Amino acid sequence: MDEKQKEFLENYNRQIHRLGRFTLIVSVVLLVGIPFFFGFLYDAMPSPAGFAAGIAKVAAIYIPVSIAEFLIYVPMLGAGASYLTFITGNVTNLKIPCAINSRDIVGVADNSAESEIVSTLSVATSALVTMAVIFAGVLLITPLQPVLQSPVLAPAFDNVVPALFGALGLKYFLKSPKIAVIPLIVMTLLCVFVPAAISQTSVLLIPAGGLALLIGYILFKQGKL
Amino acid sequence: MNEYLSQVNSIPMYLVVAGVLGFISIMCVVFLIKSYRAGVALGMDKKLLRRAITSSATFTVLPSISILLGVLALSGTLGVPFSWLRLSVIGALQYELNVAEIAATSTGLSGLKISEMTASAFSTIGLVMTIGILGGVFCCIFFLKKYTGKLQKNMTAAPAKEKKPSFGSHATVAMFVGLCSAYIGSYIGTLTAYKNWMPLFVAGVSALVMLIFEYFTVKKGKAWLDNFSVATSMLVAMVASVLVGML
Repeated sequence: MDEKQKEFLENYNRQIHRLGRFTLIVSVVLLVGIPFFFGFLYDAMPSPAGFAAGIAKVAAIYIPVSIAEFLIYVPMLGAGASYLTFITGNVTNLKIPCAINSRDIVGVADNSAESEIVSTLSVATSALVTMAVIFAGVLLITPLQPVLQSPVLAPAFDNVVPALFGALGLKYFLKSPKIAVIPLIVMTLLCVFVPAAISQTSVLLIPAGGLALLIGYILFKQGKL
Repeated sequence: MNEYLSQVNSIPMYLVVAGVLGFISIMCVVFLIKSYRAGVALGMDKKLLRRAITSSATFTVLPSISILLGVLALSGTLGVPFSWLRLSVIGALQYELNVAEIAATSTGLSGLKISEMTASAFSTIGLVMTIGILGGVFCCIFFLKKYTGKLQKNMTAAPAKEKKPSFGSHATVAMFVGLCSAYIGSYIGTLTAYKNWMPLFVAGVSALVMLIFEYFTVKKGKAWLDNFSVATSMLVAMVASVLVGML
């Protein structure tokens, strides 16, 4: 790389960081504004007590996950793709494999300026395609709303969460059965013998996650993962 | 219930969500153009750059259809516009449902159930879901420049240094194992304590369909099917709950 290209790359990186920070800050304001917009519209502002109780549990689980994802994925993606990936979501199930796939196809070396550019192109394209596909789908779903709101379908929408955790549970238990056995037995026994705990599942997530992390760490240190 | 659904599916909600998605789309286009021009300026072959774009577009179509099925699953309780927003940008189905459930119980509901939802619960749930997922975004705003700078320095200082295996990737799996254990345990407890077998039945059907997907993706090498595994398993289980409810 000659001096002119080096200078260009430094300038490009500076611009990407400036643009990335600005657009992320604006996006955060817009996203956070939506629940308040809804609350203003229908005189139903978020409840401070409900928010505080909810965010405390969510933060205990997802702040460590967010930090781990940031530390792990940024070296894979580079700056431009990271700004886009974290704001456009579907990180592990779409953006990371998509960026890695396109880098493999194009054949650029890891951790090079070229790989950073290809990752940014890849994540930007992927985000735009996802938005376009979902937009088309939403146009189709909207006329179906009367059907979706029928009381016959109520059991389906009342059981979305069990549907998700049945599928995810099997996937993750198969992925790591050694980690899964003890937390699954402990949580089942707790809910069977202390039924009051069932309505507190959102609180149980924290010790369950902590226990699984501890077991995982011990197994990792013993070289059994 | 009908009043709640008409509020979360109202025209102003569609318009405001479209506006936010429009802004993030423009952001993506600007990054796309900037990185394409940078690639050309660095002497990269235009054909390769276009190939990166087309391969990413084709790679994304199937998973996007699966994400769309997630929008369908989420829209019954949170409405179409909010589900459309959350799964088009920022979110992922696993996160959305888990956090919505936690937030719903924190606002005094027994869970994320359409029969119990109110406008006030929705705005609180929406706010928890939004703030709770911003950890990665805040990391980017405050630390990305420093972190990427440090990574570049480390690379130039010790390019050949071998990386130690880290616990990071196992930590995410372990965390999800813990979450799933708590939920599955609660469905078993719901059956034994309250004789309500529906959550365990739905989770069981979903797990069974996932097992079939795992067989084809892992044993038969049909990795592309994995894009649809979670959303299809959920939808089959949800249909099963409707069929059983009709009996």
